[in-house]
Amino acid sequence: MHTDYIHIILADDDEDDILFFTDAFDELKINTKVNTFKDGEELMNYLNTDKAVMPNVLFLDLNMPKKTGIECLTEIKANNKMSGIAIAIYSTSASEEDIEKTFVLGANIYIKKPGDFKKLKKVLSEVVSINWQYHTNSLNKDNFLLRV
Amino acid sequence: MKLFLKFDFNTVSKKVLESRFNELNLEYTILGFGEVELLKKLTEEESIALNNSLNEYGIEIVESQKGILVQKIKDVIIDMVFNEETNVNVKSSVYLSEKLGHSYGYLSNLFSEITYSSIENFIIIQKIEYSKQLLLNTELNLTEIAFKLNYSSVAHLSTQFKNTTGITPSAFQRIIFKRRKIAQQKTN
Repeated sequence: MHTDYIHIILADDDEDDILFFTDAFDELKINTKVNTFKDGEELMNYLNTDKAVMPNVLFLDLNMPKKTGIECLTEIKANNKMSGIAIAIYSTSASEEDIEKTFVLGANIYIKKPGDFKKLKKVLSEVVSINWQYHTNSLNKDNFLLRV
Repeated sequence: MKLFLKFDFNTVSKKVLESRFNELNLEYTILGFGEVELLKKLTEEESIALNNSLNEYGIEIVESQKGILVQKIKDVIIDMVFNEETNVNVKSSVYLSEKLGHSYGYLSNLFSEITYSSIENFIIIQKIEYSKQLLLNTELNLTEIAFKLNYSSVAHLSTQFKNTTGITPSAFQRIIFKRRKIAQQKTN
């Protein structure tokens, strides 16, 4: 069952980044509902509460204080309630090795963060659109890998 | 021990529908893939119960006329890509238009309006999805998969795979196999 919007959670310690991302989501044709958290610990505390609503896609900054993106990813994939969330990891730079490791740990999307806002918007639009396809067409999430 | 399964989605869907409708004591006839005729009009409670019961299996009742046509477009495309017995000798735009009785321009506009994506894009997503399945669950190599999916060359499939997913078919296969191996180690 899908609704007519896509529920997004964003975890990032950089306020400017959060602003960029939410602005980019606002400009998409697909309706989005966005919740933000400022570090990995705050995010995991929320997801672990009983009333937490699992998002359709979770954007995780790789480098966050208290709990890193990788630590959150590992915890989420080990948790039955959360393991169905599509996870998008992003970072400013990454080696091939890091990217592959992230995918093997269960991430669905790896985003190398572009330098300017216009490109970021394009990338996020692509990610949300393809995620929407998975969401509305019951495609196999286990085989969902995307690198942008 | 590991089992590899091959699904016949038509049969699976039919069995699921039969069990759900029988459970709720509804009289029905299954008309074809994704179409069911009810002999009586549903009451409000029945309608809610049916919806909930179907949602458990990821099945959804399509409400609007536009939504119904979009679902039909998707069904035709999925059948075209996944079902080898469906032989399509004409361009997919011609095939869709003939099959559904509307001009391709109309179908294409409607599809984009409702799904935020184009028919062309949807076909590519489905073809890549099928090639992923074949890469993981069969012994076929990429050349054989390209042939099976009517690509003009293996390079064409390889490029489309990379453009759609951002990774190469071999990296995709390597990553998923590594994941499976880790999952297996955990259960042992």
